[in-house]
Amino acid sequence: MKNLYKFFSIIVIIIASNSYSFAAEKVEYLKTDWSFKGLFGKFDRASLQRGYQVYTEVCASCHSMKYLSYRNLAEKGGPEFPEDQVKAIAASFEVTDGPNSDGEMFTRPGKLSDKFVMPYDNVKAAQAANGGAYPPDMSVLVKARGGGVDYIYSLLQGYEEAPEGVKLDDGVYYNKYMYGNKIRMAAPLSDGLVEYGDGTNATVEQMSKDVTTFLMWSAEPHLESRHQMGFKAIVYLIILTVLVYFSMKKIWSRVESEV
Amino acid sequence: MSDHDYRPKSKVGQWFNDRLPLLTLANHLTDYPTPKNLNYWWTFGGILTFCLITQIVTGLTLAMHYIAHADMAFESVEHIMRDVNYGWLIRYIHANGASMFFLAVYIHIFRSLFYGSYKAPREIIWIIGIIIYLLMMAAAFMGYVLPWGQMSFWGATVITNLFSAIPLVGEGIVTWLWGGYSVDNPTLTRFFTLHYLIPFLILGLVVLHIWALHVPGNNNPVGIDVKKPSKDTVPFHPYIVIKDGFALLMFMIVFAFFVFYAPNILGHADNYIEANPMVTPAHIVPEWYLLPFYAILRSVPDKLLGVVAMLSAILILAVLPWLDTSKIRSAVFRPLYKQFYWILVADVLILGYVGAMPAEGLYLLIARVATAYYFLHFLVILPVLGFKEKTLPVPLSITEPVLGGSPNLAAARNKESKIE
Repeated sequence: MKNLYKFFSIIVIIIASNSYSFAAEKVEYLKTDWSFKGLFGKFDRASLQRGYQVYTEVCASCHSMKYLSYRNLAEKGGPEFPEDQVKAIAASFEVTDGPNSDGEMFTRPGKLSDKFVMPYDNVKAAQAANGGAYPPDMSVLVKARGGGVDYIYSLLQGYEEAPEGVKLDDGVYYNKYMYGNKIRMAAPLSDGLVEYGDGTNATVEQMSKDVTTFLMWSAEPHLESRHQMGFKAIVYLIILTVLVYFSMKKIWSRVESEV
Repeated sequence: MSDHDYRPKSKVGQWFNDRLPLLTLANHLTDYPTPKNLNYWWTFGGILTFCLITQIVTGLTLAMHYIAHADMAFESVEHIMRDVNYGWLIRYIHANGASMFFLAVYIHIFRSLFYGSYKAPREIIWIIGIIIYLLMMAAAFMGYVLPWGQMSFWGATVITNLFSAIPLVGEGIVTWLWGGYSVDNPTLTRFFTLHYLIPFLILGLVVLHIWALHVPGNNNPVGIDVKKPSKDTVPFHPYIVIKDGFALLMFMIVFAFFVFYAPNILGHADNYIEANPMVTPAHIVPEWYLLPFYAILRSVPDKLLGVVAMLSAILILAVLPWLDTSKIRSAVFRPLYKQFYWILVADVLILGYVGAMPAEGLYLLIARVATAYYFLHFLVILPVLGFKEKTLPVPLSITEPVLGGSPNLAAARNKESKIE
């Protein structure tokens, strides 16, 4: 028991010193209450729908989301738009298909099964249109950044005037949360940039929260069922563990030994 | 042991068992006399078997959906996460399962170090264990390459480049490993093949590991030889089965927590960025379970010597049974060794910590001191300690741990044989 205590105190010291040194290096991200955190965390449906609106009206002009399909927008655990609405959304995009029986490629309105149409044909085209910087695909973006949702949420609100002595090239902006503080993306959001259908006031803070929620869902589309299943699995395991514990006590009571 | 004179009751059983003695084996496994004082640190053998089976089953399922191609691997992983039924669950179990596997194997190894389980007559069990551990590291490393993210690609580049440190043939070996002049599609396909193969090699070695264990039987916290079967032992079934089962369930709760509530916390965010040979990540770090060895590698200024030091750090364990000169197994009766043991534990944890930090300034200094101490422990402290240390009296048997104490194990053995 004493050894166990020693062992865990060493681990605690290591972890504590670890987090201390990390905290010293990193900037403090902006915090907000995410509905999807915690054991029972779920997405805020309205926020996801607004987030999709911000994505499609603002981000989608440069950022692709190539791993998502339009059908995902109607699926359970996501924004859960009505299917008719999603069909209309898909149909508003032109998709290249083919070849047809004449061997020609053709365009047609998008269907539910189509992947999100990308703003550029390829990486080179995206770079050419954005001064050499490639706007990253946003499908798993929150999982691909160290700070996760807090980082994206902060970054969107982190634009400010460059401090004295920081020289910015043309097309480079100052963002206090960006790694190295220099970013090739101009501040994408401004108050009132989109008009929310549900009457929510479209402040930069509100839009940042909504679009980040949407990005969390796009990176983890099964987050809700994961949380639900996790709770059931762990409760089941705990009950079984207790039952097995008492069976073990009973079985070991036959021998003079502690267990 | 009863397995030699075991005869099945039914005629059919006898007929079968005379031709293939599977029933004798089953009888041996259930009756196997196990010391009754094994504590919970001994349950990790069973837990590790569970981890291996879990990795194989989830791995097979993933392989049905994964595409080992540089242009499609990343996308196929996203396909698994999004569109395959419960694909996210299978992948998160597999990815976190690797970490759980290493967590369990480190506890298993350090249990062996504390109770001297590697000493005679269990050297072969120990050496097979070290080979399994080496294969686990190889499998884990190659598995981490398969999602073809940034850390996959650059981790593969860094680790395979270590072979270039070998004089004369190094560069040639690296090109041969890559199947080209950089990490690319041929590297990915061969890593996938080997990642698929290694678990079955491990499975075979696990059988040998258990077979070798069943010859002398389990060591125990007191570290003395026990008569089998006797008052000191219990049959494996049901006593050890239920105890291992209980411990396994506790372990599964921790496992489930990671899978369902923190599935990405042990991974690196950069691995969700598709591999890009043109962009090098700011810090290339391996998975947490390889960090102590990574720290040793980087603490040596010379590349070749660094690789040698890293490999020696693992291989030195294989000769541990002969480096440790003490006749007493359990640290319980070795007051000095016990302290050095905990210093070693701290040393390895420190190495793991600095392995995750940039190799510069104070971190590098700490890494060097910790590396030096690691080798000092095995090469100097352990051999000397065996001669210098004044050990505590070892009990005669498990049932009488306080009575009949004798100054050392040899004396205890003598008495035991007289009693017989």
